[in-house]
Amino acid sequence: MTDPKIPVTEDELHAYVDNELPAERRGDVEAWLAAHPDDAERVRSWSAMAEGLRARYDAVADEPVPKRLEIERLVRQPRQWIYGAIAAALVAFIAGGGVGWLARGAAASPSALQNFTRDALDAHRLYVVEVRHPVEVPGSERAHLQQWLTKRCGWDVRAPELDATGLKLVGGRLLPGPTGPASFLMYESASGERFTVYAARAAAETTQMRYANQDNNGALFWSDRGVGYVVSGSSDRERLTQVARLVYDQTEKSGG
Amino acid sequence: MNAFRQSVEAMIPALRRYARALARDADVADDLVQDTLVRALRSERLFLGGDVRNWLYAILTNLNKNRRRSLARRPQFMPLLDNNPDASGTEAEGRDIARALATLVEEQRSVLLLVMLEGLSYREVSDIQGVPIGTVMSRLARARAHVKAVLEGERPALRRVK
Repeated sequence: MTDPKIPVTEDELHAYVDNELPAERRGDVEAWLAAHPDDAERVRSWSAMAEGLRARYDAVADEPVPKRLEIERLVRQPRQWIYGAIAAALVAFIAGGGVGWLARGAAASPSALQNFTRDALDAHRLYVVEVRHPVEVPGSERAHLQQWLTKRCGWDVRAPELDATGLKLVGGRLLPGPTGPASFLMYESASGERFTVYAARAAAETTQMRYANQDNNGALFWSDRGVGYVVSGSSDRERLTQVARLVYDQTEKSGG
Repeated sequence: MNAFRQSVEAMIPALRRYARALARDADVADDLVQDTLVRALRSERLFLGGDVRNWLYAILTNLNKNRRRSLARRPQFMPLLDNNPDASGTEAEGRDIARALATLVEEQRSVLLLVMLEGLSYREVSDIQGVPIGTVMSRLARARAHVKAVLEGERPALRRVK
C-alpha cells in the first residue's frame, strides 16, 4: 500500500475516472476526494461529461448502417469508388481553384455533397442577379424545357409547381455539374424574390435534407436515388424549407 | 466473408459514432467512415494481425486530421436540427456537448472521444496518435477542462434566450 500522505496528482484524478489507476492507489484517491470537495466536484463533472457524450452519440451506433458503408458493396466496387473520389477531388480542385488539392489526394476530399452544394450556391448567386438573361429557356416553354433537360441530364427533370409558395417558373438552363450535366431551374415571386433548384448526379444514393449557407443565401440539399438536389434562396430557413418541401414532394413522385 | 472483413464490419457502428462526434456533420462523418473502410479493405493483405479496432480508429483519426487541413474557405454547414427551438432538454444538452466539442483543437477532441466515448485505454490512444502516454494525459486533461468551461459558460446564456 502506498503512503496515503502522498498527495494525489491531477493525472491520478483523470486516471481514477478512466479506470487507469493502479488498484492499490484507488483507496488513497477516494480518501483524497472525500477531503477535497473541489476535486470531487471536478471528478463528478467528468463522469457527467462522459454520460452526456454517450447520451448524445450512442444512438448513432444503433442506427442502421447506410448502404454505402456495407462491406460487400465496398469490396465489390472499389474501382468505381476510386473514380468517384478522383472526380470529386477534381471538382473541388476546379471549383475551389485550390492549388495543392490534387496532391492531397482523394482521401482528403470533403463530403462530395458539400462541394456539390457549393457549386449550386455559386450558380444561384451568379444567375439570380441577372435581369435580362437569367435563363436559357423561359418558363413559358415548360414542356420543352423539361424535355430538353431530361434528354441532356439523363434523369427525369420536372419543373415543380411552386405556386403554393407564390413562386412562378422563370425558366431553366443546363450547367456543368460535378460528374456531368446539371439542371438549373429558377423561380420568382411577385416581389422579385428568387429561388433556384439545382440537380445533378450525386455519389450519395439517398440522404436526409440538410442546410447550408453562404453569404446571405441559404440552401437545402438532399439526394434521392442518385440525384442530388439543392434548393437555394432566402436565408430565411422557414421560407426555404417550405419551398424545398414542395420540390421534394414533387421530385419524389416523378420518380427522380 | 473472411474473418478480417467480419472484424472490420463489426466496427462500423462504433466508427460511425466516433466520426459523428469528431466531425459533427452526419454526411462528413459517414464519408470519413467510408474512406476508412475503403483504405482498410485495400490494405487487407498488408494487415499482419494485431488489433483491427485500434487500427481502424487510427485511420479515421488521421483522415479527419487531413480533412480539417483542407477545409479553408468553404460554406458553413450545419445540421438542420441545430437551431430547432422546440428541442427538449436532453436534445439541448446534446447540442451543447456537440458545440463544446467543436471548440476543441483536433488532437484534444480525438483524445477525449477515444477515451470517454469509445472507452480506449491511454496506451491505445498513445499508439493511435503516435505520442507518449504523458502527452495523451495532458491533452485529455486540457480537453476536459475546456469542455467543462464551455458547458458551464453556455448553459445560463441559453436559458436567458428562452
